[in-house]
Amino acid sequence: MKEMVKFGKSPVFFDKFTRRPGPIQDNMHYCPGCGHGILHKLIAEAVAERGIQDKTIILAPVGCAVFAYYYFNCGGISVSHGRAPAVGTGVSRSTPDSCVISYQGDGDLGAIGFNEFLQAANRGENMTVFFVNNTNYGMTGGQMAPTTLPGQITTTTPYGRDVNTEGYPLKVCEMVDALEKPIYIERVALSTTANIMKARRAVGKALDNLKAHKGFSLVEVLSGCPVNLKKSAEDMNRFIDENMTKYFPLGCFRDRSAEVEEFVPEYAPVHDPEEVKSILFPRKLNIGVSADFRNESDIFRSERRIKIAGFGGQGILSLGIMLATMGKLRNFNVSWLPSYGPEQRGGSANCSVILSREKIASPIIDGECNLLIAMTSTALEKFKGELKPNSVLVYDSSTLERPDVPADIKVLGIDALNIAREIGNVKCANSVILGALSVVLVDSYLQGDDKMDFDRAFEEAIIDSFNNKPEVIKQNLYAFYEGKKAGAKCFKHGISGNIDKKANDDALNEIIKADNFRDSSTDL
Amino acid sequence: MDKKFRVHIEFDQCKACGRCIIACPRKILALGKKLNRQSYPAAYQAKDGCIGCGACFYQCPEPGAVTVYEIVEA
Ligand SMILES: Cc1ncc(C[n+]2csc(CCOP(=O)(O)OP(=O)(O)O)c2C)c(N)n1
Ligand code: SF4
Ligand code: SF4
Ligand code: SF4
Repeated sequence: MKEMVKFGKSPVFFDKFTRRPGPIQDNMHYCPGCGHGILHKLIAEAVAERGIQDKTIILAPVGCAVFAYYYFNCGGISVSHGRAPAVGTGVSRSTPDSCVISYQGDGDLGAIGFNEFLQAANRGENMTVFFVNNTNYGMTGGQMAPTTLPGQITTTTPYGRDVNTEGYPLKVCEMVDALEKPIYIERVALSTTANIMKARRAVGKALDNLKAHKGFSLVEVLSGCPVNLKKSAEDMNRFIDENMTKYFPLGCFRDRSAEVEEFVPEYAPVHDPEEVKSILFPRKLNIGVSADFRNESDIFRSERRIKIAGFGGQGILSLGIMLATMGKLRNFNVSWLPSYGPEQRGGSANCSVILSREKIASPIIDGECNLLIAMTSTALEKFKGELKPNSVLVYDSSTLERPDVPADIKVLGIDALNIAREIGNVKCANSVILGALSVVLVDSYLQGDDKMDFDRAFEEAIIDSFNNKPEVIKQNLYAFYEGKKAGAKCFKHGISGNIDKKANDDALNEIIKADNFRDSSTDL
Repeated sequence: MDKKFRVHIEFDQCKACGRCIIACPRKILALGKKLNRQSYPAAYQAKDGCIGCGACFYQCPEPGAVTVYEIVEA
């Protein structure tokens, strides 16, 4: 006797569900009788039948279906609450030959993410949305959802949903039907077998549209949440068929699939990591950094906590980014925490940068600063109190008076704005400061061969920041080396400090030696 | 000759929700007495007479709990 499987587990599901360790690897996490599982099976079957498993990307929402990507052997992205249509827009636009399924609950789609969903529907994004309407927030324990029926008891409507205060349930299909672009809108129910078979056809139709990239399809699925609604399988089905369908009538609201032509995307996605990198970072310039350069070095054995402060438009935040990028290139753990007002220009701005060999517990510096860069007098006044003993203060002496700080704090006044002006771009003042900073860092913490490498790390950071603009990079590199000279001069001329004077001078001489300053123009 | 079918419910994968039992047009499925690994009294085919309609398969929320076989005589 031989037998043949007539109905069985879809190949689009993983063989084993490895979400949790232990012996139970064949079951999904849903409660007994949950509609999510039934819909998952319909989707898996339809994906398999259409041969689109490799192109399908399922967006798993926040809600009970949050682990959907553990079950479907397709592409999967876990998205934040209500944001699936936005993420789906990005995915389907950047890889137009993918088949994007947005799987969302009624809290996810109808409450926190309703605007995003409606806007995506209105734009007619190329995706299919499966909207699971189970009249409550399942995952969080049965609170009222936008779809909760009038009079329905939930944990947050213990006397039943009162339409006078909570309004009426959202009729999502009807609302989407008021928009021009969606091509297919249908409401189905997972109750009787006949209804499940209709749902199966609707899922199939929506995935036909998806496969042909025809546009936006919505299938609303009235689904059981027997656990939160405290119902047996029989009562759950009855509730769906008698109560829910009264308010949410089943049926097809719109089907324009036949009128819309199949769309064949010309774009083929790039999977070669090198190519992806070259698209994301299209910079052509490369200052020949050797491979082992990125290895760990001993500089900064202790954590550096750096505060950079001034006003918006001075390049405060980008100075921080350059510093952090330099740290990243040297395999430090880095953090960069900006703080600024709503203005793009003007207004105060500051950022905190931490470079550390250890894990960084918090990006907040709070009174534990080893290095302060102040570009305005307000910034100076505000933050100088945060400097620890034996720390360093760098300020822009073009605009600021030499500040009054305790004697154990090393002070460097750098004529940043004037130097930048001479270079021909006042916006480079931050790179001048960066140059001076490199002297401070080199002087205090650097050993041996690291010095040249260290400059290269800064160069790379500058190139990174100004991505593909050779002229700007050139100016900033120039500014960096001018700043370095200024910093070195400043160090040499009797700046108070507690470091070994002789070693300091030797290091300085080495730095100042003209050939140690690479002419930035030669590399470009 | 009439086609013959049989349904198999994987003991440890059933969560005993009862959906398949109420959906089966032939009323041949029932909950068992023994508890499975997940502590559910799994459903099983209690009588002959499966017509291979697939109702139990589509009603079941678990991907691999229900399999319906067509018996092909050798
Ligand atoms: C930004 C954010 N807000 C709130 C929550 C808490 N939360 C988790 S699931 C959920 C509701 C999900 O309900 P629904 O979309 O109906 O899905 P179901 O669980 O019923 O399938 C909420 C509010 C969260 N995780 N993130
Ligand atoms: S809480 Fe409701 S929706 Fe969530 S898994 Fe359980 S039955 Fe399904
Ligand atoms: S296939 Fe149909 S007849 Fe057979 S057990 Fe399942 S529901 Fe009953
Ligand atoms: S529907 Fe599935 S989980 Fe529910 S009782 Fe039947 S076999 Fe078990």
